[in-house]
Parts: sequence; structure tokens; C-alpha cells
Amino acid sequence: MSSVTQQPFRTAVLVLVWGWLLFLVLTPNLLVVGASVMTRDPGSFLSLPLNLDAYRQLMNPLYLDVFLHSLYMAAMTTLICLLIGYPFAWALTKVGKQRQMLLIFLLIVPFWTNSLVRTYALKLLLATNGLLNNALMSLGIIEEPLRMLYTEGAVIVGLVYLLLPFMILPLYAVFDDLREDLLRASHDLGAGRLATFVHVIVPLTLPGVLAGVMLVLLPAMGLFFVPDILGGSRNLLVGNVIKNQFLDARNWPFGAAASIVLTLAMAFLMFAHRLSKRRIGEDGV
Amino acid sequence: MSRWLPRTYLTLVYVLLYVPIIVLVVFSFNDSRSGYEWGGLSLRWYEALFNNRAMVQAMWNSLWLALSAATVSTMIGALTALALHRYRFRGKKLLNGMLFIVMMSPEIVLAISLLALFLLVGLKLGYVSLLLAHVTFCLPFVVITVMARLSGFDERLPEAARDLGASDFTMTRTVLIPVIMPALVAGWLLGFTLSLDDVVVSTFVSGPSYEILPLRIYSMVRVGLKPEVNALGTLLLVFSLFMLILSQWILLRSRR
Repeated sequence: MSSVTQQPFRTAVLVLVWGWLLFLVLTPNLLVVGASVMTRDPGSFLSLPLNLDAYRQLMNPLYLDVFLHSLYMAAMTTLICLLIGYPFAWALTKVGKQRQMLLIFLLIVPFWTNSLVRTYALKLLLATNGLLNNALMSLGIIEEPLRMLYTEGAVIVGLVYLLLPFMILPLYAVFDDLREDLLRASHDLGAGRLATFVHVIVPLTLPGVLAGVMLVLLPAMGLFFVPDILGGSRNLLVGNVIKNQFLDARNWPFGAAASIVLTLAMAFLMFAHRLSKRRIGEDGV
Repeated sequence: MSRWLPRTYLTLVYVLLYVPIIVLVVFSFNDSRSGYEWGGLSLRWYEALFNNRAMVQAMWNSLWLALSAATVSTMIGALTALALHRYRFRGKKLLNGMLFIVMMSPEIVLAISLLALFLLVGLKLGYVSLLLAHVTFCLPFVVITVMARLSGFDERLPEAARDLGASDFTMTRTVLIPVIMPALVAGWLLGFTLSLDDVVVSTFVSGPSYEILPLRIYSMVRVGLKPEVNALGTLLLVFSLFMLILSQWILLRSRR
């Protein structure tokens, strides 16, 4: 029934779609895997002897430090986003439905605005003679301007600022699904507020937490322009290392290996997310 | 729980989210050269912006790129969604998987993989490489938007069209396309904005022959403060706000 002559349109659609995805998604990803096990070559980027040098190089203390520091900043970003976002998503479900739509809209406005420009706006606030310092000094809270820009804290603030909506939206989705009767049942069965929170609310919102963590943690390791603008040279992300290795040092195997480690981290988080969904009996997509 | 506690908390977070943006907008009208002191109202940074030839060129380049990337990704994305929705074919899971990978993998991973591909096939970095890359990362968003629209759709309509003798192509054109139109418009607007804002992927796959706005902003803001960026940022903000409201309005209206 589905022969080529009978359904030329179907065939054309499938060829186009497959062609695009195979050429621009599958092939490039395989190339990166291939590049990560090849040898660095100054002329043609890569040469043949296959080896795991690039992965070994990742274990080099110099890079390991950068990686761990980046992981630390990403983890702090995720934690802060979670601490702000969890009660935020909960509070969102407490206001009227009409107002909720408006508030969600206000939350995605930043998602549609240029992230570079928003990072730059933070720079206006955090600079040594910037607005925040001026405000604090004129209020008499501090005597001397604080050095806020080009610090680890500035990078974390920048990442939180850019990524917070990505934590809130999946959390809002699970809180919105949270059924009031379950909470009442927990209360009727004699559970206090804390017990209800620990045994009912936390497990039911866990998939949202993990989705949020996934959407924040990984970008928080890759957004290289945030340290470039706010962090100075000592607070680098994995993204900065990958970018430098590819565009400046021309060490492709190393850059590729670093990006594969990021991808594996993503796969691991996605796996955890699926498990958590299955546990509460909602089959993951 | 009392009602003012959640409200106060929400307000506080929104204030924190919007203060930097408001500061940016206000300071774009600042007459003073220093980015920190108020020197009176002025449009001088907007003027400086439009007198900067390279900047205006980058703006046009970006607009053209976003326009073409959004259009191509909407066309391919719509066809992909239709194929996933209507056809049964081998490797459907793989196709879904690839779209999922594009959407979930960190941008920088996508960026280096595309750079590797372009250099391997000897494609000169410029407009074409940017277009291919932008279409690729916009694609899954269009597919999702269109799929969502198709999921609540009466399956008997396309069947009826087929029974009445319409070819697959005619049926798609006269039955399916009108149904998914609002999703196409919304997907197009989202693609346009994503393309206009992208820094990470563009950093890797653009060449000196085709300079685009985000990369120009990037090179400006890395060192020091540039008041022109305030003006440019404000313009971009107004523009994206307009696009967002437009797309929400179209989606809401189509639901009625």
C-alpha cells in the first residue's frame, strides 16, 4: 500500500526529514565521538592513531580543577534555583487562575529576551562603582564599595538569573497537578505539616525537581559567556574550556572528550528523571 | 497558610528578575557617558547605534538569518510533526530520539558537533552554516508546538478527505495545514526569537563574512561597559516582547 508510486508526498516528506536529522544531528554527534578518540593534529585538527589521551588529559589536575570548580558553580546555581524556585512554584499555584497566566507570562518574557543583554544588565548593577554599591553606600550599609564583579559569586548570580525560569516551569507543572485531596487525606490520617511535606509533597514533586535540575545544571556548565562577562579569568565553566580548546588551542580531541562527558552527565540525569517518574506510577514519555 | 506570604514572596522574586531589565532600559536614555550616574534624558545612544554602520549591517544580517531560519525550520518542523503524527514507518523512535537529543543536549555540544561537520564537508563558515545550525536547533520546538496542536484533532477529517479521493498532498494542504496554522505561526515566532538570541551555537559556526548581532554584542560587552548596548538591549527587549505577545495572542485566539 505504501509503495513509492502511490505516495510520492509521503516519500518526499520522510526523505527530507530523515535526511536533515541524519546529516545535521546524527552524523555530527558521531563525529564528536570519533574526534574524542583521535590524536590532536595542528594542521588538519585530527589525525589517526586512536587513543584515549584526551580522556586521560581530562584527569590532568589543571583541568580537573577547572572542571570541579565549574561543577561547584553549576551545583550552587542549581541549588539556589531550587531553593528560590520550589516555594515560588508552590506560591504560584496559590493565586487565582487568571493571575497565574499573567505571572507565567511574566516569567517567560526573559526567556524571549536576549540573554547576553540580560547578563550585561547585571554587570551594570554589580560593578565596583555600579548601582548596587552606590545604593548600599548611600544607605550607609557599607563604607567602601564591595568587589562583586569578576568573582565566583557574580558568575553564580548571573547563571541563577538566566536559568531560574527553567527551574520554576517544571516545578510549577508538578505543583499544579498536586491534588488537594491527597494533602487532606494525609492531614486526616494524622500527619502534621512536616510529615505531609516529607512523605507526600516531596515525593510527588520529585519528577519536577529532577526536570528542573536537568534544565539548570547542564546549561550552567556550558554558558561560557556568563564568566566572560561577569567572572574574569579565574571562574571558568566547562563551556569555556570546550570553547577554548576548539576555537583557540585547536585541541579537538580534548574539546570533544569534554563535551562527551557533559552529554553523559545529561544522559544520567535523564535516566534518574525517568526512574523517579516511574516510581510514582506515571509513565515517562 | 495566610495569603499574603505567597504573594509577598512572588512579588519579591519578580522584582529581582525585573530590576536589571528596568535599569537597562532606564540607562539607555541616560545622557552621561559613565554607565552609573544619571546625566539627564537623552537619545544619544540610540543615535550612536544607528550611526554605527557595522552595527546596522549586523542587525540586518541577524534579521535576515532569523527570518530564513524560522521559515525553513517551520516548514521542515511541520512536515516532521505531520510525519510523526500520521505515518507509520521504521525508525520512528530513532527520529523522535534525535529531536529529543537536539532539545536536551547542552547548546555547546550541538555547537561543536556542527562545527566538526561543517569543517569535514568543507563548508565555508558564514550564512549557510549559520542557517543550517539555527534551523537544526529551532526544529524540535516547532515539532513540539505542531504536535501539541495535532494531538487534539479529529482523525476522521483526513480520512474523509482521503475517501473523497484527495491525494495525500492535497489532503495535507487543504485539511491539515489550516488546522495547524496557529501552531505554525507560534513555532515560527519562537524560532525567530531563538535564532535572534543565540550566542553559543553562533560563536562556533559563524565566519567573518557574515557578522550577526549577538556576536557583535558579545565582543562589545566582554570589555567594560558600552552605553550603546543599553540602547540596543532596550530595542531587542521591545521587539521580543512584541513577538511574544503576538504569539500568545494567536495561540489563545485559536483555542476559542
